[in-house]
Amino acid sequence: MISRRNWIRYSGAGVAASFIPTSHASQGRVVVIGGGFAGASVARELRRLNNALSVSLIEANAIYTACPLSNMVVGGHRKISQQQFSYAALSADGVNVIHQPAVDVDPERHLVTLRDGNTLNYEKLILAPGIDLDWQALQGYDKTAAELLPHAWKAGPQTTLLRDQLRSMREGGLVVMSVPKSPYRCPPGPYERASLIAGYLKQNNPRAKVLILDSKDSFSKKPLFLSAWQSLYGDIIEWQGESDGATVTAVNAENRTVSTDFETVQADVANIIPPQKAGKIAHLAGVTDRSGWCPIEPVTFSSTLQPDVHVIGDAAIANAMPKSAFAANAQAKLCAVQVTRLLNGESPVHGKLINTCYSLVAPDYGISVAGVYQPGEKIWTEIDGAGGVSPADASRETRAVEAAYAQRWFDNLTTQVFA
Amino acid sequence: MLKARISVPARARQGEIMAVKTLISHPMETGFRRNSLGQAIPRDILTRFECRYNEKPVFTATLHPAVAANPFIAFHVRAQDSGKLEFIWTDQDDQVTRVTRELTVDPAA
Repeated sequence: MISRRNWIRYSGAGVAASFIPTSHASQGRVVVIGGGFAGASVARELRRLNNALSVSLIEANAIYTACPLSNMVVGGHRKISQQQFSYAALSADGVNVIHQPAVDVDPERHLVTLRDGNTLNYEKLILAPGIDLDWQALQGYDKTAAELLPHAWKAGPQTTLLRDQLRSMREGGLVVMSVPKSPYRCPPGPYERASLIAGYLKQNNPRAKVLILDSKDSFSKKPLFLSAWQSLYGDIIEWQGESDGATVTAVNAENRTVSTDFETVQADVANIIPPQKAGKIAHLAGVTDRSGWCPIEPVTFSSTLQPDVHVIGDAAIANAMPKSAFAANAQAKLCAVQVTRLLNGESPVHGKLINTCYSLVAPDYGISVAGVYQPGEKIWTEIDGAGGVSPADASRETRAVEAAYAQRWFDNLTTQVFA
Repeated sequence: MLKARISVPARARQGEIMAVKTLISHPMETGFRRNSLGQAIPRDILTRFECRYNEKPVFTATLHPAVAANPFIAFHVRAQDSGKLEFIWTDQDDQVTRVTRELTVDPAA
């Protein structure tokens, strides 16, 4: 195998062409770390594009719990089991699914180390580790605190913990949500969650309130959310932004208090969504920069920091593209094409990608945003005028249709990735 | 009056150094930007901030167009006597926003 270092040496000798290893074209070895929407998609897609490829997917969990629509679990409209998927279909497609965490990556030697000490050698490594919550970023908020003040930003036990806290909250209680600065997973997610919590409260605890303490002044679909909150939930939801001094600076898990620079709020339920960064393995692999996320070459998703490593999904810096499940899936499909071509010694293609995000303000009230993106030399940019958001003055029927689309969006996406 | 937020202790010991934080909602329009029709957006900025402790200025600042919207100003004040802290923002047209906080100072331990 030719490492980048050797490549440069051979290139310098002027004989590079004769060292392109043609035998790799038929039997490439790709390792994917992370089995979420990005990782599971890319593993399957690679096998579809070339079933001679050896594709291993390293994912610690045997069951995947999906984040999209998990706010409906918080609001009591879905069961957590409806969010859960196995990797059986990937195995059936010939993906070698390994259920244990990767504990190290050696980009020099093209080696991934598993928890049991075994190593996997790769020609191309695709990292799709998703997010890690930054336990150092918010004073008073660590893993222990999250057991009392759930983040519920990775679907699973945290989701049901938040749901159960809402159900057992005292009458007339206050739910406080803390929202971080961008970038974070699922830009409209906090506001969908606030909506569905308000819906639950309106039905079951009508004097209770939701207070959103936001670290920014504007957010995805803000005018649509604000007007929907007004019409559906009256004054149940109060939103405060950065200019209101609402940036959360500290929490106290035991007392259930949430502090900004200007006040300390006593919560009955506190949902703290902390700042985030790329999953840990990305840091170990040396593909993260000072921002905590992974810089990439836009066209191929290859890391700008390590050779033969690609990064897709929430962990990657895809600039204008949001950290969403749909974007992760779209990036995975394009990345699979590029990796297949690169292994065949072909040059990458130029692809555009689409993202769509639905948010449910109520189970029968959906709003959406769509965007089309293209890779430039340095960054992914949104193509002006190609996307759009739901109209501001749409009828309730339109909102209901969009809510039904949201459900189908989820079914289509999860079928494609896991079924 | 603009919306202003202040964080300052209500009670302190004599000699204590108190952290004071202020935030005021203001666009701080530079005068250098144009709207979608290409017309210049007129300058609209706060030009001065002052904190007075029992009438005596203890912190002042001159603000310029380069200061971002919603100026956040933080500083320290040494607690001396009980009394009044005044926070005064003045805009380019001499419109004043004034917020007052009472402070109780206990004798040093």
